[in-house]
Amino acid sequence: MLTLDNVHTYYGKSHILHGVSIEVRAGEVVGLLGRNGVGKSTTLKTVMGLVRPSEGSVTFEGREIGGMASHHVAHLGIAWVPEDRRIFRLLSVMENLRTGLDRPGVTEARRTALLDKIYASFPVLAERRNQAGGTLSGGEQQMLAIARAMMLEPKIILLDEPTEGLMPRMVSQIREIIEVLHRDGVAILLVEQNVPLTLEASERVYIMEKGVVRHHAPAADLQANHAVIHQYLGV
Amino acid sequence: MRRPATSYWIGFCVILALLVVAPLVLPEFWRRFVTEILIWGLLGMSLDILIGYTGMVSFGHSVFFGLGMYGAAAALLAVKPANLWLALLSGLTAAAVVASFVAYFATRLRDIYFAITTLVFSQIFYVIIFTWTEVTGGENGLNFARPALSIPGLFSVPFTSETLHWFVLAVVTVSFLILRRVTQSPFGMVLQAIRENEPRARAIGYSVERYKIVAVMLSGLFAGLAGILYAIQNKFAAPDFVFFLISGEAVIFNVMGGMGTLVGPIVGAAFFLLLREGLSRYFTEYSLIPVGIIFTAMVIFMPQGLLGFAKRRLNQ
Amino acid sequence: MGIPFDQILIQTINGLVNGMILALVASGLTLIFGIMDVVNFAHGELVMLGAFTGATTLAVTGNFWLALIVATLAIAAFGAVLQVSTLRPLLGRDPLTTILATFGISLVLQKYALWQWGPSARKLQEPITGQFTLFYLQYPWYRIATALLSAAIIGALYLFLKYGKFGIWIRAAMQDRVMAQAMGIPVPSLHIAVFAIGAGMAAASGVLFGPLAGVTQNIGADFTLRAFIVVVVGGMGNLGGSILASIFISLLEAYASLIVSPSQAVIVSFVALILTLLFRPTGLFVPTPK
Repeated sequence: MLTLDNVHTYYGKSHILHGVSIEVRAGEVVGLLGRNGVGKSTTLKTVMGLVRPSEGSVTFEGREIGGMASHHVAHLGIAWVPEDRRIFRLLSVMENLRTGLDRPGVTEARRTALLDKIYASFPVLAERRNQAGGTLSGGEQQMLAIARAMMLEPKIILLDEPTEGLMPRMVSQIREIIEVLHRDGVAILLVEQNVPLTLEASERVYIMEKGVVRHHAPAADLQANHAVIHQYLGV
Repeated sequence: MRRPATSYWIGFCVILALLVVAPLVLPEFWRRFVTEILIWGLLGMSLDILIGYTGMVSFGHSVFFGLGMYGAAAALLAVKPANLWLALLSGLTAAAVVASFVAYFATRLRDIYFAITTLVFSQIFYVIIFTWTEVTGGENGLNFARPALSIPGLFSVPFTSETLHWFVLAVVTVSFLILRRVTQSPFGMVLQAIRENEPRARAIGYSVERYKIVAVMLSGLFAGLAGILYAIQNKFAAPDFVFFLISGEAVIFNVMGGMGTLVGPIVGAAFFLLLREGLSRYFTEYSLIPVGIIFTAMVIFMPQGLLGFAKRRLNQ
Repeated sequence: MGIPFDQILIQTINGLVNGMILALVASGLTLIFGIMDVVNFAHGELVMLGAFTGATTLAVTGNFWLALIVATLAIAAFGAVLQVSTLRPLLGRDPLTTILATFGISLVLQKYALWQWGPSARKLQEPITGQFTLFYLQYPWYRIATALLSAAIIGALYLFLKYGKFGIWIRAAMQDRVMAQAMGIPVPSLHIAVFAIGAGMAAASGVLFGPLAGVTQNIGADFTLRAFIVVVVGGMGNLGGSILASIFISLLEAYASLIVSPSQAVIVSFVALILTLLFRPTGLFVPTPK
């Protein structure tokens, strides 16, 4: 469904991605591991249209999307949950959710249904629906960021380090959410530093180093063979 | 950015020679025109120190220009016979005083806030000068005699149109050489470091505030000098020259000619003034419409100015 | 103090009236800056063009309110064109570039107005004549109407931003343009719309201002400068702050003109700006400085 083929991306003069090739099939959970600064976030941003690839192609459902404006990418069914969450701090929880809800082609009834569903899945957000996003705790903001992405009813969610800085209890909540999304048939490209979580949640895993994909295997293989993990991630 | 020294200096001498010969071959109107290009070029050059080298945008350079002008006017009116050096001293002092205020702002404000403050600051002086009719002549400004080129006790020779031109040319050339020396010195390098990345310059250990203060003082003094030259050339001072439009034109010279080059603003001044003069034949007083359009287009498509554009072409 | 009470009262009302008109101009500028980081140097020229367009429409139709609507819509459309042609290519460049570009535009617009409408001042006829009695003073109805209408427009803007889909979009884009766009919000179109709204509001204030003073091609610069001062004093990007600051600055100037001449009274707002920048740079009306 989503394919990156030999993608090169630059930030100004810095050559960040040196030919990244990744594939995510419909409904799959795919992990992307690697040390800090290897280009994992940049990969997601390239898919999302926030940076334009200088070489290579990004295809989604057969359509070339490299360099497409990010609001069009979102309408195609790709949602982004960035590393620092980027909640709209001055908007209320509900208004944050609405940024994903007010799309063309969505009836009022469907909107209400979606909202209700999210509030049911995230009772914390329901409680705080009129509170400003900036007043939420770190974990709650992460929930909101994911919920907001789900408002787009995406076919794939780009999750960038969702468990960073969260307490263990929250981490398992995130794990559950990923599971729910998977059951609903939403594909996930999961960038993480948390190796065990990634290996558990993903079907396949890519490992990146210095802007290239170095290794690619089913998660089960990597769970059995820790040497590879050691080699690239040093854990 | 360093050209091979010889070809640069050859070019410099050629242009200088042309400017020296100019008053001898050009009709009166164009003679004055060239002199004015030099004066406005000096103003543009002074702004370049701030905009091009230190990265500080000033929209209030007219205040230095205007106060240099009025300072010179004061000396030329107060002391008879009109004394050139006193006028220079007086004008530069006035410009320096104002520059010290602006220097203070420069250390506290960044970017757009500094730019707006310089604008507002020059407008304050505009209003004061415009309304304080008893001292400044208000709307009508001040008229005075042109001083003679004199060394007290030795000789006194009144300026002719040619000798005035050469005097202005000499002053502007010396100013250019001084500023060039400054921008290529370690001091100048620090200024550019500040423009590129102020936090990093600070982290390295440079006292950014001190450098900015000196940059502002330098810039203000040379702008004031331009104002003094203008006063001597035209024998009047008027509040229009403290008005924002003058500051705006100084910025235009820099953008059109190329910031951070020192020569750029002079080229820009020549280009702008010639353009305005030429287009006014067809568009009369509406010449600013096409000139403004050209300027805006240059901001969008040719931000490095004529010089930067030419440099790129030559390097290809 | 020796200044008669009725003078102070009149100047208070004058300050409030002028403040509301200025607030109309400044809110547009704040919105534009908040959503696209553009310092629109030509904003005052939009006010000026609105006033001229209103004057022409009034001369043709004889109806002030029609002139107000026509001018607002015409200049809003013009603003949209301007944004797409000149400002959109500059997105992402450094702020100096947009200042310079809008400065260039302001020059062109000023001279264009001179060419189109000539050098003599236009006067717009007040739609509401007559004065009402406040205590023992007479005060023109029209000025009160202007203040009320400006307040109504600003109120409508506030409601538009607070509720409604576009309001959320605009507020989201003001906070985080990149994330807003990643949520599917069509930010480029939003930029056009906001610029058009800002331009329209500026034009409206120009028309409202028309009957209070003559309209020449030079009034723009004055508005731009005042609006800048207000936006900075009120806190850049802070809508409520710029409205409060508009009233504050206008009152200051009104009171100052009791002591000095009106052309000198403007120094008061200059000084207010400089003091704000030096001591409370995030804005006088921003609750907690960051």
